[in-house]
Amino acid sequence: MYSSYQEIRKALQKKEVRVKEIVEYYLRKIEETKHLNAYLEVYAEEALSRADEIDKKLQAGKAGNLAGMVITHKDVICYENHRLQASSKILDGFVAQFTAPSLQRMLDADVIVIGRVNCDEFAMGGSNENSAFGVVRNNIDPTRVPGGSSGGSAVSVSADTCLISLGSDTGGSVRQPAAFTGIVGFKPTYSRISRYGLIAYASSFDTIGVLAKNVEDTALVMEYLAGKDEYDATVSQKPVPPYSQLLEIPTHQLKIGYIKEVLETEAVQKEIKEAVWRKIEQFRADGHEVIPVDFPLYEYALPTYYILTTAEASTNLSRYDGVRYGYRSPNAVDVETLYKRTRSEGFGPEVKRRIMLGTFVLSASYYDAYFTKAQKVRRIIRDEMLKLLNNLDFLITPTTPTTAFEIGKYNEENVLELYYADILTVTPSLCGLPAISIPIGLDEKNLPIGLQVTAKYFEEASLLAFAKYAMQN
Amino acid sequence: MNIDKNTIEKIAHLSRLYFNEADEEKMLKSLNEILEWVQMLNKIDTTNVLPLTHMSHEVNVLREDVVEEPLPHEKALFNAPRKDSNYFRVPKVIENE
Repeated sequence: MYSSYQEIRKALQKKEVRVKEIVEYYLRKIEETKHLNAYLEVYAEEALSRADEIDKKLQAGKAGNLAGMVITHKDVICYENHRLQASSKILDGFVAQFTAPSLQRMLDADVIVIGRVNCDEFAMGGSNENSAFGVVRNNIDPTRVPGGSSGGSAVSVSADTCLISLGSDTGGSVRQPAAFTGIVGFKPTYSRISRYGLIAYASSFDTIGVLAKNVEDTALVMEYLAGKDEYDATVSQKPVPPYSQLLEIPTHQLKIGYIKEVLETEAVQKEIKEAVWRKIEQFRADGHEVIPVDFPLYEYALPTYYILTTAEASTNLSRYDGVRYGYRSPNAVDVETLYKRTRSEGFGPEVKRRIMLGTFVLSASYYDAYFTKAQKVRRIIRDEMLKLLNNLDFLITPTTPTTAFEIGKYNEENVLELYYADILTVTPSLCGLPAISIPIGLDEKNLPIGLQVTAKYFEEASLLAFAKYAMQN
Repeated sequence: MNIDKNTIEKIAHLSRLYFNEADEEKMLKSLNEILEWVQMLNKIDTTNVLPLTHMSHEVNVLREDVVEEPLPHEKALFNAPRKDSNYFRVPKVIENE
C-alpha cells in the first residue's frame, strides 16, 4: 500500500487514511500470505486497539513522530508480556518480562508492532530452514528460501505485511535475507544499538538491524534504535546523528573499492557480477572513482567466523537448562538428566552442532589451536580491512554469491556449502563495521540481487546517503 | 585433525547434550568436516599477533550507583517450569546415604 513512511505521514496529515485502516490493510495482507509462514504470532487485536488510540492522539495533535509506522519484531527481540522463543522448542511458553530499550524508544514514538516473525533457531542459519516452526518461504518465489536468519523479517517487509522489521545480524542475518527478497537490510557498527533485550547468539558480533523498503525509512528508524543504554555496558556512548536529515546525494567525488577476486570468481553467480559491474559503471559515469582492491584474506573470514561464533554461542546457550524458563524435559530423574534431556529435546540439530563445535574449540586441549588462533586471525583481518578502508570511502561487493536458492537444497550432508552463503557478509561482522544491502536488479529467474556496501566505523550517515544514491539509478 | 567417538562423548557431556548412536555418527562426521575446513587458518602466520578479544569501542562506562527496585520475585519466577513461592524447583540434588 505505502512504500515509505513519508507517504504514510503525508496521508495521515491530509486525513486521507487512519492508522486503523493501515493496520487493517496489513492484517489482510498477513492473512493472504499465511502460506509463507513468516509470522509466528499476529497481534491483531492489540494492534487495532493501539491504532485507535494513536488515531485519537493524531486528532488531538499529540501523536508521536512514528505514528502510523507498523513493524514486526524477529523472534529474538524482547517485547514485554509477549512471547519470545528464538524459533526454538527450548523456549516454549517463554514470555518476555521487559522490552528491549531500542524497541521501547520506537514504541514511545507510537510505532505499532503487528507481529512476531519467524527466524532460524537462535538466529543460526542462512536459509530460515532451521526454525522449530518450519521453513519460511520467499514471497518472490515460494519454492525458494527467503535467506536467514531474519527470513521472517525479510518476507514480512517484502510481502507488504508491514513497513519495517527489526532483525538481528551476526554474520549477515539481516543483509542476506534482504538481498534474497529485494529489500534494504542494514547492520550498523557493532555497539551502535544496545543489545539488551536481544537474545544472545555471539556477543562480539551480534547487532540489531533494520529491514525496510528503502533507505529513508532505515535512516529514520536508526535514530530511535541507536544510542546509549544503561543496561548494555558495551553500547556506544557517541551521540546519534539525525540520519534521516543527512541523506543528501554526495556531490564530491567518492573513492569506492571493489574486491577484485570476488568479481572474478566462478563462485559468484554471473548475473550478480554483471549487476555489480553495471553499478560500478554508473558510479564512474557520475564522476566517482571506483578502483579494484586486493583482499586475499576474505576467504579466511568464514572459518574464523565459525570458530568464534560457535565458541560464543556454546557459552551463551548454556543458560538454557530447563531450570528458570522455557521447556523442561519430563524425562529427567536428577539434575544432570534434567539439563541433558531438556537441552537434547529442546535444541534443533544446527544449534546442537554449533554448541558442540564451540565447546570443542574452547576445551582445554584445543583452546589455543582453534579459539586463540581465530582471535588472532580476526585481528589480522580487521586491521587489513581498516587499512583498506582508510584509503576509500566505501567498499562494495555483492551481498551474496547466489540469488535465493531452492528450499531443501542444503541439508546435513552439505552443511559447509550452506555456510558459504555467508561468505561475503561475514567480513564486516568480523570487523564490527557498518554494512548495508540494497537491491540492484534481478537475475534471469527474476530473483533479486543485492549489493553490499561497507563503511568505516560509525559512518552510518554517509553510508546511508550513499546507499540512497546507489538505489536511485 | 580427526576427532573420535570418545571425544564426541566427552564434548557432548561438557555441552550437557545426549546423542543417540545415529546422531552421534552424524555429529562426528560433520564436526570432522568442519574442523578439517577451519585448518586453513593455519596458513596464516599469527606469530606475535595478539588475539582480538573485545569489539566495543567503549572503555569503562561508569555511573553513580542509584537505588532502584530489584526484579520482583513474581517476574523472575514467571517463566519457571516448576517453582514455589520463592524458588525455582529442580529434582533432588543431594543423594540419600
